[in-house]
Amino acid sequence: MTPPANNPPTPANTPHSPVESGRVKKGRTALATVRFAGDSGDGMQLTGDQFTDTTAVMGNDFATIPDFPAEIRAPAGTLPGVSSFQLQFSDGLVFTPGDRADVLIAMNPAALKVNLHHVKKGGLLILNENAFDKDGLEKAAYAANPIDDGSLRDWQTIKVPLSDLTTNALKEHPLRASEKERCKNFFALGLMFWLYDRKLDHTIEWITQKFSKKPEFVNANIAALKAGYNHADITELMPTRFEIFPSKLESGTYRKITGNEATALGLIAAAVRAEKTLFYGSYPITPASGILEGLSKHKEFGVKTFQAEDEIAAIGSAIGASFGGALGVTGTSGPGLCLKSEALNLAVITELPLVVINVQRTGPSTGMPTKTEQTDLLQVLFGRNGESPLCVVAPRSPADSFDMAVEACRLAMSHMTPVVFLSDGYLANSAEPWKLPDIDDLPSLRAAHPTASDAGTFKPYQRDPRTLARPWALPGTPGLEHRIGGLEKQNISGSVSYDPDNHEKMVLIRADKVARVAQDIPPLGVRGPSQGKVLVLGWGSTFGTIHAAVDEVNAAGQGPVAQAHLSYLNPFPTNTGEVLKNFERILIPELNLGQLLMLLRNRFPEIATRFVGLNRVRGIPFFVSEVRQAIEEIL
Amino acid sequence: MEIDLPVSASRPKYTKNDFVSGAEVRWCPGCGDYSILGTVQQTLAKFEIPRENYVFVSGIGCSSRFPYYMNTYGFHTIHGRAPTVATGLRCVNKDLSIWVITGDGDGLSIGGNHILHAMRRNLNFNILLVNNQIYGLTKGQYSPTSPAGKVTKSSPYGSIEHPINPLCLAIASEATFIARTLDTDPRHMGAMFERAMRHKGVSFIEIYQNCIIFNDKAHAPVTGRDTREDRMVYLEHGKPLVFGRPDNKRAIRLNGLHPEIVPFDGKTTQNLLIHDETDPRPNHAYLLTQLVYPDFPVPFGVFRCVEKPTYDDLMNNQIAEITKKKGPGTLKTLLYDNSTWTVP
Ligand code: SF4
Repeated sequence: MTPPANNPPTPANTPHSPVESGRVKKGRTALATVRFAGDSGDGMQLTGDQFTDTTAVMGNDFATIPDFPAEIRAPAGTLPGVSSFQLQFSDGLVFTPGDRADVLIAMNPAALKVNLHHVKKGGLLILNENAFDKDGLEKAAYAANPIDDGSLRDWQTIKVPLSDLTTNALKEHPLRASEKERCKNFFALGLMFWLYDRKLDHTIEWITQKFSKKPEFVNANIAALKAGYNHADITELMPTRFEIFPSKLESGTYRKITGNEATALGLIAAAVRAEKTLFYGSYPITPASGILEGLSKHKEFGVKTFQAEDEIAAIGSAIGASFGGALGVTGTSGPGLCLKSEALNLAVITELPLVVINVQRTGPSTGMPTKTEQTDLLQVLFGRNGESPLCVVAPRSPADSFDMAVEACRLAMSHMTPVVFLSDGYLANSAEPWKLPDIDDLPSLRAAHPTASDAGTFKPYQRDPRTLARPWALPGTPGLEHRIGGLEKQNISGSVSYDPDNHEKMVLIRADKVARVAQDIPPLGVRGPSQGKVLVLGWGSTFGTIHAAVDEVNAAGQGPVAQAHLSYLNPFPTNTGEVLKNFERILIPELNLGQLLMLLRNRFPEIATRFVGLNRVRGIPFFVSEVRQAIEEIL
Repeated sequence: MEIDLPVSASRPKYTKNDFVSGAEVRWCPGCGDYSILGTVQQTLAKFEIPRENYVFVSGIGCSSRFPYYMNTYGFHTIHGRAPTVATGLRCVNKDLSIWVITGDGDGLSIGGNHILHAMRRNLNFNILLVNNQIYGLTKGQYSPTSPAGKVTKSSPYGSIEHPINPLCLAIASEATFIARTLDTDPRHMGAMFERAMRHKGVSFIEIYQNCIIFNDKAHAPVTGRDTREDRMVYLEHGKPLVFGRPDNKRAIRLNGLHPEIVPFDGKTTQNLLIHDETDPRPNHAYLLTQLVYPDFPVPFGVFRCVEKPTYDDLMNNQIAEITKKKGPGTLKTLLYDNSTWTVP
């Protein structure tokens, strides 16, 4: 879960500490990282989800990350077809899905090959021996069988004939042989449940509901799950069994949430609190489609989802909806945002509220669509013609996507400006526990619209003296008929104007209007000492990793190191300069080549030399160890 | 489907002037857009629809300046994208009368994709496509409707492109109301605009317009004073396609799938092609679009007017249905769904 940035650091995580008891050691551990890997047809995401749900219900904090293949269904057993799921859970707080796994369960040789480097040296490999035949090894391009050629000597290897054991356990069940074999993911899940002393009931209940129309599948899957569990129990297959006590999470009601889910819920919540129709125009694109899909389910909230013919139509329709008085939102990823640029500028010059969700992925061009990056920050700030100011916000975790989606809508409507919401592929698909907010605590977002009684005095570009927002007058209101558009407008009157001084004035007003948003956002908080040697400053999805790295450094007595995280990237909170000036070095980890770094050096030239970048662009989140090392280097 | 619209009776609520904005009209003197603008204003004045319920949405080009001259709500958007903005607006407000003003470059070139999808979805708004077969605002390059061989600034040796027939695109997208009219016949234009207003669903009207500066008399071979009787045919529902001077009346008949011109005696309609704008299949309307100059008289009027549920109605109905089934959503049930757990 993600606490506010100024929470106290969590106690240091203790490593595995097995205790001897009989032949199987019984251990208690503070945290564990497990990884499920198999062919994309093996149901690894589902298996991982089930493990996560049970872990949640048993009271542990967690964070997950799926690793999908780019291909929908690459040929079975091949390297491109491997699908993985990683989860870290703990008896304390968890901030990342874990750098490297303690346990990998691999359903075939390809899954082992693709995932081995994600496993700690000394970690446990549970391998489906049946799949390591000639055919399987060939598909994974193994010259020799890794199970017995010594190449896995740095790990503890446990071979289990998962396929055979599953089929055997289901001998009496009325399913076809291939259907029986497909239940092996539940057998594997049973093994993992035993290893971490998890209860089976949650998954049993889930299976019962999921396959309620096909009782034979209910029975077979439950039987496979129990068989896996019992197999581990009876054969003492694994050397150690771990127990993880529940986390001391804040009391409250929780649910598991991904970034895309939380974004969709946040948009609906904002619309409800604004008493407006939510209109979401979008074109399918990885990794943003989940938001469109999520919203399209919620028609009982009057949500209008429009799957447009292209990215441009998606944003155009959202602008039209916003002109009509709805909460207009469009969502996409980087390539789609490129296409939306011109229309986004239309929203800038017409000064209409608009929320643009950008779930960033690697670029340029199509890049690696399923992989994450933070490389669109400068694009959203500067990737349009003319002086084109707009607001930019970024969620820091899956659950935070809810709050920041509400924030994006609040700022768009109260300041009459487009707001870009920068999520990324990692946040989109990762899950964590979300402590549900009290509904009554959500802000009211009611927007003011001029009415017929303003007809005498109404001017389309008359501005609010505090925010400089122009009035949001809706078609259908008698007496307020007016025209807006992409041509420069005369200030106040809103008629088309080519006057040089007026243009300059309007450019400055639009910039000032966005700058004034800073008055309406919270200050930048610091976790740890408010001055000192090192501050680690991040934005977006790197929050959890930075949090964990800072905690590790402090727990090791190397600190104190402070952390700050920018949720608002344009404008920055008003105290940003003050906060930064109190530190000798400011480390900025980003999944790009230094975009926030460039902005800060430009904005605060007097401390430009204090900024240090940590930049990786591999399509995966930072490892905690990398950030920790970078901190140690400047301490 | 025809919508019953309140028409001003003895004492009209509005005059044409009520729809004239104060903005100075900047089209070239003699531009065909003037008569289109005037006719639209005149047409709206015939109805009692409150002025605040009209929205004119346009893209980029000469004709797209239109909204600035209308004393209604207006949105001058970006090149080719007017249908997208109109779509969003339509989806969130069912009471407005929405008009999309576009041209041959705006609507068929850069915005071709949007026009196509707005029509296929049957969104309830009116699209006026002002066709002058040239890029006017950018000062005279060939457009997607310029004829092959056309010499323009960007095709000094003649255009090597085949033009698109806007109505074919409309029919391929199965637009539910399709018509053609011309800037020099305000009476006919007005009648088409009225029909479009009364039509529930997407209305697509191609308007032959004269760009006096960059493509003067482009349509004159068909619509010119001395040629039009022989080269234009006005479509009337349920009637044969009759054209020609009084001493040389002719009509169209089908020979297999091919139209041919036959003399018309003023009485015998047997074997003649009879216009049916309500034919649910697009074949008939498509056939009419293939009557082109110089082999055939060019048809003007309503090609097709059929009923189909509109996108906006379907969207609203689906929401109403689901809401009835599930009950109106509350944030409590949305957030606190059945997957929650509690930490004491
Ligand atoms: S350039 Fe042509 S279309 Fe444009 S305003 Fe002048 S005459 Fe009209």
